[in-house]
Amino acid sequence: MFGLQKQDAKLLLIVIGLTMLAPFILNPFPESSGWAQFNAGYPDLMQRFVIFGIFAIGFNILFGLTGYLSFGHAAFLGIGSYAAMWMFKLFGMNVLPALGLSVVMSGLFAVLIGYVSLRRSGIYFSILTLAFAMMSYALAYSVLATDMDGPDKQGLLQKGLTGGETGLQLTLSDPRILGQQATDDGNLPVPSFFGLEMRSATELSVGDWVFTFSVGYYFSAVVMLIAFYLSIRIFRSPFGMMLRAIKSNQQRLNYTGLNPKPYTLAAFVISGMYAGLAGGLMASMDPLAGPERMFWTASGEVVLMTILGGAGTLIGPVLGAGAIKYMENILSKINSDILHTWFAFLPDGLEDFVVAIIYPFIGKGWHLTLGLIFMAVVIFLPGGIVEGGRRIGSMFKGRAKKTDAASGGKTVAPGQDPAE
Amino acid sequence: MGILDVKDVGKRFGGLQALGDVNLSVKENTCHAIIGPNGAGKSTLLNCLVGKLIPDTGSVMFDGQSVLGRSPHEINQMGISRVFQTPEIFGDLSVMENMMIPLFAKRDGAFRLHAIESVFNERALRAEAEEMLSEVGMLEKQDMHAASMSRGDKRRLEMAMCLVQNPKLLLLDEPTAGMARADTNNTIDLLKEIKEKRDITIAIIEHDMHVVFSLADRITVLAQGTPLVEDTPENIKGHPKVQEAYLGESV
Amino acid sequence: MDWFILQLLNGLDKGSAYALIALGLTLIFGTLGVVNFAHGALFMIGAFCAVTLSRLLSLSHQVVDETRTDFLGNPLKVDVPYAYDIFGETMGAAIIDWAVPLSILFAIPVMILIGVVMERGLIKHFYKRPHADQILVTFGLAIVLQEVIKYYYGANPIPTPAPSAFTGSFDFGAILGFEPGSIIYPYWRIIYFGFAAVIIGAVFAFLQFTTFGMVVRAGMADRETVGLLGINIDKRFTIMFGLAAAVAGLAGVMYTPINSPNYHMGMDFLVLSFVVVVVGGMGSLPGAVLAGFLLGILESFASMREVIDIIPGINQVIIYLVAIIILLTRPRGLMGRKGVMED
Repeated sequence: MFGLQKQDAKLLLIVIGLTMLAPFILNPFPESSGWAQFNAGYPDLMQRFVIFGIFAIGFNILFGLTGYLSFGHAAFLGIGSYAAMWMFKLFGMNVLPALGLSVVMSGLFAVLIGYVSLRRSGIYFSILTLAFAMMSYALAYSVLATDMDGPDKQGLLQKGLTGGETGLQLTLSDPRILGQQATDDGNLPVPSFFGLEMRSATELSVGDWVFTFSVGYYFSAVVMLIAFYLSIRIFRSPFGMMLRAIKSNQQRLNYTGLNPKPYTLAAFVISGMYAGLAGGLMASMDPLAGPERMFWTASGEVVLMTILGGAGTLIGPVLGAGAIKYMENILSKINSDILHTWFAFLPDGLEDFVVAIIYPFIGKGWHLTLGLIFMAVVIFLPGGIVEGGRRIGSMFKGRAKKTDAASGGKTVAPGQDPAE
Repeated sequence: MGILDVKDVGKRFGGLQALGDVNLSVKENTCHAIIGPNGAGKSTLLNCLVGKLIPDTGSVMFDGQSVLGRSPHEINQMGISRVFQTPEIFGDLSVMENMMIPLFAKRDGAFRLHAIESVFNERALRAEAEEMLSEVGMLEKQDMHAASMSRGDKRRLEMAMCLVQNPKLLLLDEPTAGMARADTNNTIDLLKEIKEKRDITIAIIEHDMHVVFSLADRITVLAQGTPLVEDTPENIKGHPKVQEAYLGESV
Repeated sequence: MDWFILQLLNGLDKGSAYALIALGLTLIFGTLGVVNFAHGALFMIGAFCAVTLSRLLSLSHQVVDETRTDFLGNPLKVDVPYAYDIFGETMGAAIIDWAVPLSILFAIPVMILIGVVMERGLIKHFYKRPHADQILVTFGLAIVLQEVIKYYYGANPIPTPAPSAFTGSFDFGAILGFEPGSIIYPYWRIIYFGFAAVIIGAVFAFLQFTTFGMVVRAGMADRETVGLLGINIDKRFTIMFGLAAAVAGLAGVMYTPINSPNYHMGMDFLVLSFVVVVVGGMGSLPGAVLAGFLLGILESFASMREVIDIIPGINQVIIYLVAIIILLTRPRGLMGRKGVMED
């Protein structure tokens, strides 16, 4: 089906099912219950799940397959966002051409940065990518944000190409030559897909549950599914196999008559384009682009997502992105009052004690939890969530395959072996 | 003129003359062994042939074209495959995938962006790989994780990966180094079979005289970076200079 | 000429911090072969050692001062630091004033302990894993350390002043025969540079002249051979890690008066320090120091108004630009050895 092996087609169908039904699945708790705050089924968060999913899927094509650890992928995320914003400002609010430009621009930059960075490997490669991303950040923050119109003019480039710290925003005076400059009531127009506004949503109330279906989420989800499908095809293609061969033994590849350089560059550019697509989608959901999107912490975040979910596996990066964004948005909202209500059944002294123990790990401290989980994954579970799921699965089956033990931490994930 | 002609090749590392005026001609469809004591320059010579090192002087012609200045993958594309001293395979990949990669290299060249088609659908290549695997007796291991195999199996896999490309010249760098006697004999049998079945030229660097005398049609003895003598195995065995320089203790 | 000296001096304090952090990074990389992304966090923890000590010293209790009254006419309650009770008022005040330099004594054992625990508890298990895994696990550790500090000390920078004796500035201009006031340089920055020079000198002397240092240097050059000689390098390397942590920590302690410490200062410095290490040459101690000062000074010159007017934004990108150029033209950095980190 879809030109995929049975197992991959099954995985794709499951992912399609989950993303399409996400507004239900992520909203399991009724509105009035104390658990409602754990609902993640609101458009803003669901969009982040899928957009960062795209970012991580792309990063995984580079890191998961070739082993080249880029610490500067956020540069492409930022470039994608700026490109989409300029498309909105100059031509119109349709998201399709905006995403097109995002992908093209980030691809061009990826060719440039990749060509230079890939002349080195190992930590040198990581540092080079980091240096390029930080340069992009510094430039977007300062030089590219200076007034390029001159002091007396108030045109498009008054705040430069990037808008600096406040970011690049839409204004009523943008030309938008193919669309309307302002809506009929004088407001800024919103991004849309041939008239379908990203922001619009319908609500469905069933009993105590409210489910929200937003155009923005479903549009992003469809883009994510296409990106995911393409990544399956890449994983299963001769190209994907060559990338894994590069990770495994570059010397042998060289002496087998293959040139690793164009392969790694292609992987770098493809993953840069994925990042650009994600950046463009971010701008489409919320028309604003700031330099912080290129900061190295953003690059670090996608590394965390990919490793947490399982580098080199198909579904891992999406799971990792979901897990981190869920923690960021839900875990961070829990405060000590909520903890106290949870543990109210305990005797007073014990209650305070338990709350005091848990408190540093939630709310604003969620990064601490993330860091600890991440370390635990790197130390004990190099295959991430996917590997964990597999181990639990084989525990239930009660017959862990011997080959798994033999290959140790470097087990080939189920999605990886085309021979299966 | 042979298929591989090495003329006046010299290579220095700082003050050390690793190779000086090496002349060597490997005839088509023969097995040519290069022997010599440690530090004689065997590995340096080999590295000059495959593009890892560039000699300071001289020329290396393969099949009428110079290999100098070309990178290893270009030289492989010209028809030279190399087996390493310690087996170099793709450990993270399955045996079948290990076989598919050289086949792709042969069919599609040094780079082709096959990003959408499935490896699984390459039935013709798969059949070729299966045939080669059964020839080396590894067909039933095709789904194994390559890194988890024994050293002997890794060696056979590497050999199969080279042979499946149908190279004009197969370079073997001490293929039996560190092997038990039984494994060594298996390797000799395998190589003999390869020689008989295929039109292939083999150049072998080897320490083990048993291997050399069972396989080689011609032998070049290298000492201190220069060829001492080149002759048939029978004559080499009796050659006084060789006995003195090298074979004295080993035979 | 005066502008030149001013920029040179301005580059020195940042250069000192880069050099000290890079020195520790290289020491760890050279001896243990580990890429430590948590090294910036050690710098940050050092800075918070100073914060902690100055808070401890300022701990006080309330005393009712009968001689004075507040605006309601009640007797005034005043905070009296315990230090006054223990050391007397003048001595106590001096100790509180000198909290930052005193923190050096406090930070050394703390940092060595943290370093040793880190190496034995975590890093040890990653010697044989790929560099990517080392980067990842120490990156995770850096996040954890920084979040722990944030939990206890909050997210805002905490001003930690230098002793009042050093708060002024030194007029180099007058001394060197330029116009007075043309080269004003804070005392504390002079001290920071001097301190860095002493630490760097001490580390080099230690490696050069002690048997311990000799073994470590030999281990950096060829670990296996030294291991074969029956010398227990592992133990020495653990101590080395503790020392590198202490160097980073001391760099952090003394840096607090220059920039108020916050929980993410380590990461900010780490990114640049890695660039410094790579420019200096992975595994080369003199290279790290040289590159640290060079880049610090270069950054300072690039921040000059005149330069920025010609090439806008150059001050923001100069270090990265230099790093990229060096990595591409001299892959081993300024003074790197052959074969380090080359796959």
